[in-house]
Amino acid sequence: MNSPAAVLYDHPGPRARARNRILTAVIGVLALLVVYWVYGAFANAGQWDAYLWKPFLESSTWTQYIIPGLIETLKAAALSMVLALAFGLVFAVGRLSKHRWVSVPAGIVVEFFRAVPLLLMIFFVFFGLPYITGGAVPAFVAVVAGLTLYNGSVLAEAFRSGIKAVPRGQSEAAYAIGLRKSAVMRYVLIPQAARLMLPVIVGQLVVLLKDTALGYIVALPELMQRGVNDLSANYGNVVAAAIVIAAIYIIMNALLTRFAVYLERRSSRLPRTKAAPDLPVQISEPQG
Amino acid sequence: MDVFTDPANLEAYRQGFVWVLELTVVSAVCALILGAILAGFRVSPIPVLRWIGSGWVNIFRNTPLTLIIFFCYFALYSTLGLKFSNQVTINNFWLGVLGLSVYTAAFVCETIRSGIGTVPVGQVEAARAIGLSFFQVLTLVVLPQAIRSVIAPMGSILIALAKNTTIVGTIGVIEASTVMKDLINSNGDQVIQIFAVFALTFAIFLVPTGYFFGWLSNRLEVKR
Repeated sequence: MNSPAAVLYDHPGPRARARNRILTAVIGVLALLVVYWVYGAFANAGQWDAYLWKPFLESSTWTQYIIPGLIETLKAAALSMVLALAFGLVFAVGRLSKHRWVSVPAGIVVEFFRAVPLLLMIFFVFFGLPYITGGAVPAFVAVVAGLTLYNGSVLAEAFRSGIKAVPRGQSEAAYAIGLRKSAVMRYVLIPQAARLMLPVIVGQLVVLLKDTALGYIVALPELMQRGVNDLSANYGNVVAAAIVIAAIYIIMNALLTRFAVYLERRSSRLPRTKAAPDLPVQISEPQG
Repeated sequence: MDVFTDPANLEAYRQGFVWVLELTVVSAVCALILGAILAGFRVSPIPVLRWIGSGWVNIFRNTPLTLIIFFCYFALYSTLGLKFSNQVTINNFWLGVLGLSVYTAAFVCETIRSGIGTVPVGQVEAARAIGLSFFQVLTLVVLPQAIRSVIAPMGSILIALAKNTTIVGTIGVIEASTVMKDLINSNGDQVIQIFAVFALTFAIFLVPTGYFFGWLSNRLEVKR
């Protein structure tokens, strides 16, 4: 074991091993009791009855509910990811601008959208905008708009700290060979910042994918709406449906997270810039 | 007429944010305690505890909070009959706290664990050398230093928790976002003012909180 945790306790000797074995047995039995208790609670409520779980073995359940919902979720997530990355890039550069009339408004926008709950923005676009524009706003637009503004602002901060972490010599050298400000940003700073911040960026995209479930609240036919709400309305199996759909979300996010870890390993193989160890610890925010 | 001059609306606005505050504080306490215990599990010498810890984190961190809250209400309460109180609103409040806590605890656990990684090996080796047990090493030496190094990310988690409380509106707690939705639907001519007031209330509380945690983390950082 090489994890940092491994040093928290001595290499177990014979007595410690015996004690650990006893503790393992005791805790294992306790854990099994909890599992059994949950199983019993489900059984008492009749939640293991085959008819509740059988719909998941039929192809029509998947083709009518789960897969269309999954596609809608992925569509909303993909579009929001692209827009959020663009938003983040623009506002990160804007906030770093030397002109105060650019950097101050950009900073206010980023801080504002980071502080406002995503659901509030979605509600504003979905329920509020129709009163202003006079036409209905599709739930899809509301969800994508909310996800873009919120995650774009978080990404803007990630990009900004990434750009600031690129060693000063890089931009000085770029200016010295006669590049203009925009070229320094585009050719020198952003590519390095993006590489430095890649794990954070992918982490935020996982958050974004998960946040699409907020679409359920405004009746967007995404995975949770179709797979849990509509499906259980038809088959009366809300517990089973919620568990199956949760498993799908967990698998999707685990794959994306694994991808992030892979990218992190890969980028740490590359020659490190000097600033890398000083990178601010930034954990993607666990919104919704 | 301005929507916020109506005392009924003003009261709804106040009550909405009181719910947000209560949900945040209660869930934060539960999540911090639970998260610290889970972090202890994840670094413990006993494999079963490590499995429980990592299972918890992988399940709850990767499930959308909306789905967890939904599950608390429709599965735990409606189907399985879990009940905290006979009063409907209070019961929904605690179901919301349950969902928010188990979800946030997963993030707290991971943050504390990353903090444990920042404690120098020498600290732990010294603690072990004077004969402290695993539990003593963890609670007396490692956790106090680990927590001080993760104040800033912990602050973001708590801020995210405050924003996440709006999701509890889906199970019938009339918190800020639900109040805003209702006000918008009954005052279609003042949509922008309504959104501005609710959004700015969040911003006024949460932006300084973010800076406060930044300041606190600088202040409490273990200087090495």
